[in-house]
Amino acid sequence: MNKLIIGRYLPGDSIIYRLDPRGKFLITFYFIGIVFLANNVASYGFLLLFVLFAVYISKINLGFFIKGLRPMLWLILFTVLLQLFFTPSDNPMWHWGIFTLSTDGMRIAAYIFIRFVLIIFISTLLTLTTTPIEISDSIESILKPLKVIKFPVTQVALMLSIALRFVPLLIDETTKIMDAQRARGVDFGEGGIMQRIKSFVPILIPLFVSSFSIAYDLAIAMESRGYKDGEGRSKYRVLSWSKRDYMSLIVMLLITIILLFIRSY
Amino acid sequence: MEIIFKNLTQSYEANSPLEGLGLDDVSLTIHDKRFTAIVGKTGSGKSTLVRHINALLKPTSGTILVGDREITPETNNKNLKPLRKNVGMVFQFPESQLFEDTVEKDIMFGPMNFGMSEADAKKSAHKMIELVGLGEEYLEKSPFDLSGGQMRRVAIAGVLASEPETIILDEPTAGLDPVGRKEIMDLFKNLQEQGRTIILITHNMDDVANYAEEMVVIHDAKVKAVGKPKDIFNDKSLLTDDILTLPRSAAFAQKLAEKNFSFPQLPITISELTTEIKRQVHGD
Ligand SMILES: Nc1ncnc2c1ncn2[C@@H]1O[C@H](COP(=O)(O)OP(=O)(O)OP(=O)(O)O)[C@@H](O)[C@H]1O
Ligand SMILES: [Mg+2]
Repeated sequence: MNKLIIGRYLPGDSIIYRLDPRGKFLITFYFIGIVFLANNVASYGFLLLFVLFAVYISKINLGFFIKGLRPMLWLILFTVLLQLFFTPSDNPMWHWGIFTLSTDGMRIAAYIFIRFVLIIFISTLLTLTTTPIEISDSIESILKPLKVIKFPVTQVALMLSIALRFVPLLIDETTKIMDAQRARGVDFGEGGIMQRIKSFVPILIPLFVSSFSIAYDLAIAMESRGYKDGEGRSKYRVLSWSKRDYMSLIVMLLITIILLFIRSY
Repeated sequence: MEIIFKNLTQSYEANSPLEGLGLDDVSLTIHDKRFTAIVGKTGSGKSTLVRHINALLKPTSGTILVGDREITPETNNKNLKPLRKNVGMVFQFPESQLFEDTVEKDIMFGPMNFGMSEADAKKSAHKMIELVGLGEEYLEKSPFDLSGGQMRRVAIAGVLASEPETIILDEPTAGLDPVGRKEIMDLFKNLQEQGRTIILITHNMDDVANYAEEMVVIHDAKVKAVGKPKDIFNDKSLLTDDILTLPRSAAFAQKLAEKNFSFPQLPITISELTTEIKRQVHGD
């Protein structure tokens, strides 16, 4: 369970950590968008350099980012192989039934691979350097304009932050329950497929029971401490937009311009 | 079974910035057929220590010998059933392991996993539900309709039903009423007298004084002291820096010592205390 790097915060300190989470959040999505603008070796190379630079100044070991690729490995491999063997071409190097291998195919496969790396690295960078609660705060702040059309922004943000708070709780709870059932002789991941599915019943039921009781307790605790949603709630964590956040936006703008330039070059 | 820890270190999240030591170079022997209590502050590493005994945790370095079974950092997850059958474990919050639709089935779950026949498991369930102080009428109930204390008893019955040789109890009486707590502790003492090894984690020093023959003090992921409760509660160096508190009888004796009583060794149980007071008052 601890192998999942995407979606996990890593305590640390560097300029990337200090950026306003709203800015980081928007920049991440913006960057994922402009990745699709790249169309040649130079533009992909440029974006890769930028991401590696961002990783460098985050002061986080590159290993954490490479680990982030792991859960996506099969998807990446599948897509890359698909491009490699199924890209139609006029002068294939090799041809067999429906498979074709060509320089075009290789080039596109390499681009797709880099695209995956870019997107996964940049999202990993966001989640490693931003606590889940900061992310949900920034989503709330970004969605605020939707209040005009009566979209329940604060409620959605609250649900989101409670859901995020539940993730580590449920992981802990699952480990605890699995240990207790192991001690009673359950072997997870052994035997046939039916056996394996069956061995999850003793986890799922206690997990459901305890999630409901945790949720119920939480609701009561919030009510008894006078929680009331709606207008006029002040914030405990105040997000502050500073000079370096403007700088980061300017950097993104520059990158877009350079990218457009290299692209048409 | 004798349990021997050799230079055992456990670090959580090894090789990451979140790394923390759960246990630091622990060497310790827990003797066969004795009643051993493990005490220490919250977060000192007690639960971490006992989780190694049935291989729920593998050491980061060092080894544990449980009977003739050795567990090393390289031990894999295959063939652990015989070990886990012999080492029963009642967890800190055992009620969260209940899942069957009747109490009876839940108690039978462990024994049947360890290869007991359905008929034998049923017999065991009937025996254990009485043993933990609930009547047979509870067997047909749903475990989720019970109170917290009753759930705990059912969970304990579920562990005892596999008839383990060694029984590990992680704060088994937390949240039970005083009568219930005494019943459960007496049950464990009885089991020990029938030849089981009992390992009890507790914050209740009176339970340690009343029931344990050996005592292990864990402090900051290290073993701070091992020995007989009487000796350890009389060790001034352990009592000063908030590692250990005294059982009530010993604390009372300490107060009496300020009023013309004198105790060469602090009595740790009520009966020791009363005999000693009688002796000093009547002079016999
Ligand atoms: N899964 C885990 N991941 C990281 N650290 C952990 C984990 N489990 C325990 N720890 C840490 O290891 C240390 C020892 O924990 P442990 O649960 O063994 O304490 P304990 O002595 O049983 O405490 P208590 O009396 O509260 O039950 C604690 O500092 C805890 O924060
Ligand atoms: Mg514990």
